[in-house]
Amino acid sequence: MSRENSLVSAQWVEDNLDNDKVVLVEVDEDTTAYDKGHIKGAIKLDWTTDLQDQVRRDFVNKAQFEALLSERGVANDDTVVLYGGNNNWFAAYAYWYFKLYGHSDVKLLDGGRKKWELDSRELTDEATSRAATSYTATEQDASIRAFRDETVAAIGVKNLVDVRSPDEYAGRLLAPAHLPQEQAQRAGHVPTSINVPWSKAANDDGTFKSDDELREIYGAAGLDDSKDTIALCRIGERSSHTWFVLKELLGHQNVKNYDGSWTEYGSLVGVPVALGDEPGEA
Amino acid sequence: MCGATEGGLSLDGIDVNKEAVIQGQVLRAAADGQSEPVPNAYVRLLDRSGEFTAEVPTSATGHFRFFAGDGQWTLRTLAPKADPVDRVVKAQVGSVAEVTVAI
Repeated sequence: MSRENSLVSAQWVEDNLDNDKVVLVEVDEDTTAYDKGHIKGAIKLDWTTDLQDQVRRDFVNKAQFEALLSERGVANDDTVVLYGGNNNWFAAYAYWYFKLYGHSDVKLLDGGRKKWELDSRELTDEATSRAATSYTATEQDASIRAFRDETVAAIGVKNLVDVRSPDEYAGRLLAPAHLPQEQAQRAGHVPTSINVPWSKAANDDGTFKSDDELREIYGAAGLDDSKDTIALCRIGERSSHTWFVLKELLGHQNVKNYDGSWTEYGSLVGVPVALGDEPGEA
Repeated sequence: MCGATEGGLSLDGIDVNKEAVIQGQVLRAAADGQSEPVPNAYVRLLDRSGEFTAEVPTSATGHFRFFAGDGQWTLRTLAPKADPVDRVVKAQVGSVAEVTVAI
């Protein structure tokens, strides 16, 4: 993959607003943001109800994903362009999800909703309706999703990239600072994981930094691109952002996102945990 | 309503004793010499090393809120047609730091 295949600019989106084969999809942490105003023609995916199983902690399965996209009017040959708030955290999460289920042409709007708003581009509250389709997903692509046992086995072996803020990594905070500190899990990080906050990859306006800047950031942080990589954060959305950077922009081969992330790992019994600003020993 | 600031966000339902709250409002000078709230701004919370920690869009009334930790933080505000504005603020568990950002 490359930047040209996986990222589009706000201007490109504006130029393609009336292209019916381009489906804009808004995915936000704040699931009410879309209802207050969205890019013309965009549909909404709610990451809590549309993309998560409502009983188990897991994704919707293949059949549920097919039903969801069919009902929302997304066809297999559509170009899906994802965008959202929070610097595209949840849009990147949904991007990874579309890849997981084999959608061939999916892209992120560079800068997401923030860049669109800071450019003073138009938002609408007009409802979007698309004719239903008959969407077919592939089986989940296991090469881009990591589970807990693989993460434990990766300690001291693979690149573990923890993309949370330094305070979360060190164990001084349990969650991003715009959320109340209410979690009960242990604080800290997976030993030997390096801390490269997701935000290092983005400019203030939410757009991604250049490929050269990104290579410099991960190289300086000690990421060895000859090794396989697992990205993690708290619930797997910010690490989707970094997964996107490493896999789709920089073209690293074996990069997985650990969607269980710290809320799972930090609650496991018996696994090693490191505290403080250093990666710690295997 | 104990601890809530006049005109600010309600702190109902939040145990302020356990949180280091940083909150406030983004305002822009209006033509009549008054200032008006900016509802479509983004406020970024940077830690003492300047590293991004969190970001929120402002509400319809220009308000924002963070749950931080003890120490010094920087608020960086981005808004359409305005230069970014940085404000340094100290937070402490058990208190609410109120900040007005003029852009």
